[in-house]
Amino acid sequence: MIKVLKSGFYTTIQDKGRVGFASLGVPVSGAMDSYSSDLTNHILNNSLDCALLEITLGGCKLQFLSKTTICISGGDFSPKINNKPILLNSKIIIQENDTLSFGKVNFGVRCYLAVKGGILSDKKMGSRSTFKNITNDFLLKSGDFLPIYNVKIDFETSKTLVKVNKNHFESKVIECFRGPEFDALDIHQHKILFETEFSISKDINRMGYKLNEVLENNLPSILTSAVLSGTVQLTPSGKLIVLMRDCQVTGGYPRVLQVSEESINRLSQKTTGDKFQFVLK
Amino acid sequence: MHTYKPFGAKAILIEWKAIIAEAILKDILEFKDKINSQKSESYLDYSIGYNSLTIIFKDIILDFDKEVEKLKSIYTLNLTTKPIQNFIWEIPVCYDLEFGIDLKEMSRSLNLEISDIIKTHSESIYTVFFIGFLPGFLYLGGLNSKLFLDRKPNPRLNVEVGSVGIGGEQTGVYPVNSAGGWNIIGRTPINFFDLEVSNPCFAKSGDQIKFIAITKREFSKLEILVSKKSYQLFKTVIND
Repeated sequence: MIKVLKSGFYTTIQDKGRVGFASLGVPVSGAMDSYSSDLTNHILNNSLDCALLEITLGGCKLQFLSKTTICISGGDFSPKINNKPILLNSKIIIQENDTLSFGKVNFGVRCYLAVKGGILSDKKMGSRSTFKNITNDFLLKSGDFLPIYNVKIDFETSKTLVKVNKNHFESKVIECFRGPEFDALDIHQHKILFETEFSISKDINRMGYKLNEVLENNLPSILTSAVLSGTVQLTPSGKLIVLMRDCQVTGGYPRVLQVSEESINRLSQKTTGDKFQFVLK
Repeated sequence: MHTYKPFGAKAILIEWKAIIAEAILKDILEFKDKINSQKSESYLDYSIGYNSLTIIFKDIILDFDKEVEKLKSIYTLNLTTKPIQNFIWEIPVCYDLEFGIDLKEMSRSLNLEISDIIKTHSESIYTVFFIGFLPGFLYLGGLNSKLFLDRKPNPRLNVEVGSVGIGGEQTGVYPVNSAGGWNIIGRTPINFFDLEVSNPCFAKSGDQIKFIAITKREFSKLEILVSKKSYQLFKTVIND
């Protein structure tokens, strides 16, 4: 069991998401940065669909009520166990009542905390990913208890430290494919799309990132059709929206680009004010 | 006629002519059933739009043309499985002013008596094209053009679950509490998204909806029955 002492800025439970329910209007959800979430499960030898915590910019404080092994990957928010700094991307042995807290944000926006065997909250429609109206809670609250898998501790102190490519956090390149309505834009608009350095607005969440810059257009809206995470929608005002993991299953704005899976992960580690450029894959 | 487009690395978008038409819906649903009957491991999920069917693949599509050829040959197959049965569902709606919070304003903008709005709305039979926007939100076709009305310029931050609204040329029911800009004309006690039952949304693409006007008193009674899960929706099989 994990006791949530402080919930932090925005902490959710995530796994690989709800797959197969688009026809019921149910979003996929799942870890925003699946590269980092897979990595942390991998280091613990967990199955990749084990549920973990997605912690946004730290701020949370957790107490482990039983022995376990954990690993943290993704953004670096100076994690500490009992106030002693711990390494990212490394197996950490936890004793009963150990407390995990975070400090200064060094890089990234989201980190992933996996425990051996995963978090065992209720599964809804095949997934533990928290989502409003699907799971009972969609944000972690102080005072919550999270059931975890009870494991025999693997006392083998592993000194392995996985080296993560810093590019994942620093690169300003967001790779994408042409979206279904890409051809509705003219050459001039294509040029703007690929030559502009876009910046992320304040209007961001797990559903989507709205960008600041404007791409003037008079594209008509489309008949409501599928959208996916990574779909870049162009609104009539010219603002672009990059849809993220909690996005709806359908939409009516023209879909001008489709961000690659790797670059959705990369974008998940960026936030308000960060800049990037779209590059065709 | 339909066309195929790549949609990212793992999806193919199949599009029909950009109109809202039941003939297109029928073609999409038959194609979807044929694809499902393949029981292929390559296809992970599908998403239906007014004039589109998006096939989401399990793995990255290595050869787009080859996958399109496969889908094209599936399209030409005769459907061997039994066609999926569709129903007309009767949905009780209370159009009382307490719930129909935009009826007065709509009556002015549409130049129609409130009773005419209610009569017109509950007279038509609506076709479920697909589910999107929110879990259990049905995209319905068949709204009488007399009731077409633009969405509100300032969306409400919270529209109550069960609210029945009109947005542009569409009508629909909010399956959960949500922000929304539709003009609200009534409320249904029926649950459109219930995770406690094996099939969380009773309706599916190709089904039809008929709204039945009820009084506030009936609404209260039904609300209790629905909460006790002892209300049985009235449905009839659609004969093709």
